[in-house]
Amino acid sequence: MIPQQFEYSAPKSLAEALALIADGGKPLSGGMSLIPMMKLRLAAPDRVVDLARIAELSYIREQAGSIHIGATTTHHEVESSAVIRAKCPLLAETASFIGDVQVRNLGTIGGSVAHADPSADYPAALQALEAKIVIKGAASERTVSADDFFVDTFTTALEPGEIVTEVIVPVEAASTGTSYQKLLQPASGFAIVGVAARIQKSGGKITLARVGVTGLSNRAFRAAATEQALTSGTAVQAAADVVAQAIDANSDLYASAEFRAHLAAVYAARAIDAAIRRTS
Amino acid sequence: MATPSITKLEPFIGKRIRRKEDPRLITGTATYVDDLQLPGMHFAVVVRSPHGAARIKSVDIAAAAAMKGVAMVLTGRDVADLACVPCGASLPGLRVPEHRLLAQDRVYYVGHPVAVVVATDRYIAKDAAEAVEVDYEVLQAVADPEKALAPGAPAVHPQWPDNTAFTFHQEGGDIEKAFAEADVVVKQRITSQRLIPSPLETRGCVAQWHAAEKSLTLHTSTQVPHLVRSLLAQMLGLDENRVRVVAPEVGGGFGCKLNLYAEEALTSHVAMKLGKPIKWIESRRENFLTTIHGRGHVDYYEVAAKKDGTILGIKVKIIQDLGSYHQLLGPAIPTLSVLMIPGLYRAKSMCADVVGVFTNCVPTDAYRGAGRPEATHGIERMVDILAAELKMDPAELRLKNFVRNEEFPFPTATGLIYDTGDYAAPLRKAMETVNYTELRKQQADARKHGKLMGIGMSTYGEICAFGPSPATPAGGWESATVKIEPSGKVTVMTGVSPHGQGEETTFSQITADHLGVPFEDVLVQHGDTAIVQYGIGTFGSRATAVGGPALYYAIQELIIKIKKFGAMLLESDDVSYANGQCTCAKTGKSVSIKEIAGAAYRAMKLPANTEPGLVATYFWEPTNFTFPFGAHIMVAEVDPGTGAIDIKRYVAIDDCGNLINPLVVDGQVHGGVAQGLGQALWEQAVYDDNAQLVSGEFMDYTMPRAHMMPWIESGHTITPTPVNPLGVKGVGEAGTIGASPAAVSAVVDALSPLGVRHIDMPMTPEKIWRLILSKTTGSNA
Amino acid sequence: MTVTITVNGTQHTHSVEPRLLLIHYLREHLSLTGSHIGCETSLCGACTVELNGKAVKSCSIFAVQCNGAQVTTIEGLATGDRLHRVQEAFWNEHGAQCGFCTPGMVMVSKQILDRNPDPTEAEIRHGLEGNLCRCTGYQHIVKAVQAAARVRA
Repeated sequence: MIPQQFEYSAPKSLAEALALIADGGKPLSGGMSLIPMMKLRLAAPDRVVDLARIAELSYIREQAGSIHIGATTTHHEVESSAVIRAKCPLLAETASFIGDVQVRNLGTIGGSVAHADPSADYPAALQALEAKIVIKGAASERTVSADDFFVDTFTTALEPGEIVTEVIVPVEAASTGTSYQKLLQPASGFAIVGVAARIQKSGGKITLARVGVTGLSNRAFRAAATEQALTSGTAVQAAADVVAQAIDANSDLYASAEFRAHLAAVYAARAIDAAIRRTS
Repeated sequence: MATPSITKLEPFIGKRIRRKEDPRLITGTATYVDDLQLPGMHFAVVVRSPHGAARIKSVDIAAAAAMKGVAMVLTGRDVADLACVPCGASLPGLRVPEHRLLAQDRVYYVGHPVAVVVATDRYIAKDAAEAVEVDYEVLQAVADPEKALAPGAPAVHPQWPDNTAFTFHQEGGDIEKAFAEADVVVKQRITSQRLIPSPLETRGCVAQWHAAEKSLTLHTSTQVPHLVRSLLAQMLGLDENRVRVVAPEVGGGFGCKLNLYAEEALTSHVAMKLGKPIKWIESRRENFLTTIHGRGHVDYYEVAAKKDGTILGIKVKIIQDLGSYHQLLGPAIPTLSVLMIPGLYRAKSMCADVVGVFTNCVPTDAYRGAGRPEATHGIERMVDILAAELKMDPAELRLKNFVRNEEFPFPTATGLIYDTGDYAAPLRKAMETVNYTELRKQQADARKHGKLMGIGMSTYGEICAFGPSPATPAGGWESATVKIEPSGKVTVMTGVSPHGQGEETTFSQITADHLGVPFEDVLVQHGDTAIVQYGIGTFGSRATAVGGPALYYAIQELIIKIKKFGAMLLESDDVSYANGQCTCAKTGKSVSIKEIAGAAYRAMKLPANTEPGLVATYFWEPTNFTFPFGAHIMVAEVDPGTGAIDIKRYVAIDDCGNLINPLVVDGQVHGGVAQGLGQALWEQAVYDDNAQLVSGEFMDYTMPRAHMMPWIESGHTITPTPVNPLGVKGVGEAGTIGASPAAVSAVVDALSPLGVRHIDMPMTPEKIWRLILSKTTGSNA
Repeated sequence: MTVTITVNGTQHTHSVEPRLLLIHYLREHLSLTGSHIGCETSLCGACTVELNGKAVKSCSIFAVQCNGAQVTTIEGLATGDRLHRVQEAFWNEHGAQCGFCTPGMVMVSKQILDRNPDPTEAEIRHGLEGNLCRCTGYQHIVKAVQAAARVRA
């Protein structure tokens, strides 16, 4: 419907934005989560700080074996980026599953990551990619791992006054196979479960396995038991079956905790199988 | 006068013609109600109950009323003297709760209007609505109709502790004998869940009071402008001829805009009090909470049959969730289900008991199909269950029990007279389309490989073209005026109120052919009570099947007059009229309709006993409903790992009689199927134990989207109805009615090797997964 | 706040509240009522317009965010009397019934074809994911996009 009144700033520099945010301003990136929440009056910030005009936050750069993605890079830019498609296809594939055309045109990687919706797509891939999240505040700058970044439902390692400025993902070795498999909550398009798998093989054996899971619980996580099982030669389905081990699964209208945990195993197996097929 | 060139014009009826409505729709220039801007217009926002049941202790409007830009705040007390929202359904002993425009001392459902705030724009009105403080004492609510019937349940309305709004019994034939003679009786509880109609345009209205004339203009998103006018005039104590109701472009209805709602009266009332035009537009959240829902059945079926499959009798107990109040037709809807119970079958005995139950939910009322999908779903499921019990092929069992072609007109056990039919034809055509015999072989093969493949079918009947007036609450006729303007152009004014069904096009086709004028020369007007003669509106697959014949007969009346003028101009007693020309049989000379129109309005000379002008109005009263029918077949595969249902094929063969515009008919079928599959697979209005609507936004209520829909292979058999001269039967609801039983049939068939006989809707993945698990491991996981 | 937005080729400057949504700006300040409001959770797509060449849901962006931007609405798609090929295809294939979702459907279909001139049926359906239609069952809309694809601009 209609949001409450607020003040609006559209700084051109990051420093200016961080000063406003340090003052209590709410950062606005693509707005695909924040604005609907404001319209339903579930969020009512006094000041909104629009990051879209900060040129220094929008980029995709390859640098020393990594790809650096500015926070305001849209999902569409990620899914269609030649660099990301060639060198980190898991991220491009994951981006293509987010929302819909219009949402991908406006929604940004920084916004999605900072919002930390437990059923958002990116976090699964970022976990599997062992991505780094660059965080800045008016007087701080730090880089944390995806695993440390996603703390809880809508809760991240961001301190008040801080924003996500960059996401760093690795340039994949050519032999790496990856896949993101997602079961859509059919009404909202969010993930009931989404599993991102990253596999490297050598001499017929899995030498590296990274499995990121979203939608299953309060935060996206790396399925360590599944990864370990895969590298120690366990069959895919058996490895996938432990994906929800020790996880407190979410429950809603679309999937009970038990069904979600089951689905996580099914989709983990699909993602791992697809990733294995894509190893070369 | 021209020498005759009697070339038969190419007929327009039966052609796939693109619609006349579309240029304004595809360019964004159509005017929906929220597009109206009037000078001085204010905006109304309704404050609503967040509780399913509560006593209102106090309402504090001071803060809201003090806000800059706020013009008025009204609460229940301010409207206590106004009339109630009307219920048009009349059933013996029906309990009708007082349905005030704003809650008085209690609220009965989440979304119940408590106050209305009016301000200079919608942003301020929303802010002020948030500032209204209501203090509630929360009471125990009940949302489940079976729980509401249980002893000790919270009373929705304190004066009726049994939560029973009415009971209704109907029987036909000899039901005792049927069950006594049966070799086999099958029983099943079958539900048809609450659905949210969800037209893409929510409700909304703009009211304008003309104080000097004591007249009101209401633009409202409705399917029934004339009914709204009559009811509103009554409620507000206005002269009916001083109330003008306009349905502008209407963004879908599906039954939920076949009503008079509190907000329409409230907006009008505020406009009258304030002397300003008032706009109220429902938010989507409000639409979920407060516009009527559909379905809401829990049914207990029993079917008696002989060993050979002959169905002898059908018993059903229907529990209808009515919600907290009655809207216009709510309580009447399940009685339509009762009428439809025999389906397409010959069974001569039936017995139905309906109980209408109050719950702390928004009222249920007509939603696409209105009573008939519930019944068709039930009877089609029961036929499948009987086939499984008898180990018969479900198609064979249906063919055996269909009313036979020579038995029409066929009196049913429920007192209807089925007009005409060839019930086997669409089923056979659907079976040929999918190559049924081959498909069953493929299925046997698939099963050997462990695949869960299912072939499902439904053969549905409908009651359409509502309807003979004695059977409808507000008259079931329809009206049309045809005017030939002095220039020869033709204006049609129809009493139906199209909102997507395309009658501006199809009625132009009818007029072009029957009046013999160019298709482009016809303009169809509708939806404005100041322009159009009284009409009933668009619902119940009636627009073409009742409004079309009204137009046909108006044209026939007009042709009589045209011929009088033609005879005068041709100076002959023996003239015929065809293709827009009057022709003298003797001389072969002719005059065009343009020349006749000119003469009729110039009126230099008039035929004997004939007034000037060329206008005819006809109010057509149908003698019967129409009874379209058809067959759907769905092929599906179920993934046991996830419970996902993959629709492999969807075939819809419909018999709606003659097709005026097959392109438009296809569109109606596709949309209907989408809503039927929506119910079968995804949609459900879920209330929790506190009567909170859990599926209260598009985030949680699954509307079918493009990627979820199969390609629909639609086709037709054509059995014209004798009920009207066009032979048309109506097609608006067919797809919806046929789809849900076909879909459930397919999934049940897929799981039948596991011993599954029935699944309630919606067939969500988790439900399917658990069912498979329980059948394969015996666990109740 | 003052915003300057170019809509359908015409530059407009207005003083607006920061909370004014682009859809309300278009509909109420510019009287461009072709884009519709079907929900408040950005799930129906009826409000879809092009912002700097990209299809967006105008109910989920503030007008102030669009300061300096180019916006194309359904009203700006036809050239004079000549309909855009997607509009023409929606007409020919009966892609509209009640018409309320149609402007959004047309705008997103244009985006689908701008990015992929020859989409498969599955790609079209995927592209329409963010737009709800309650009337058509989507089949004639899919056919319209297919037909428009055959008519190269």
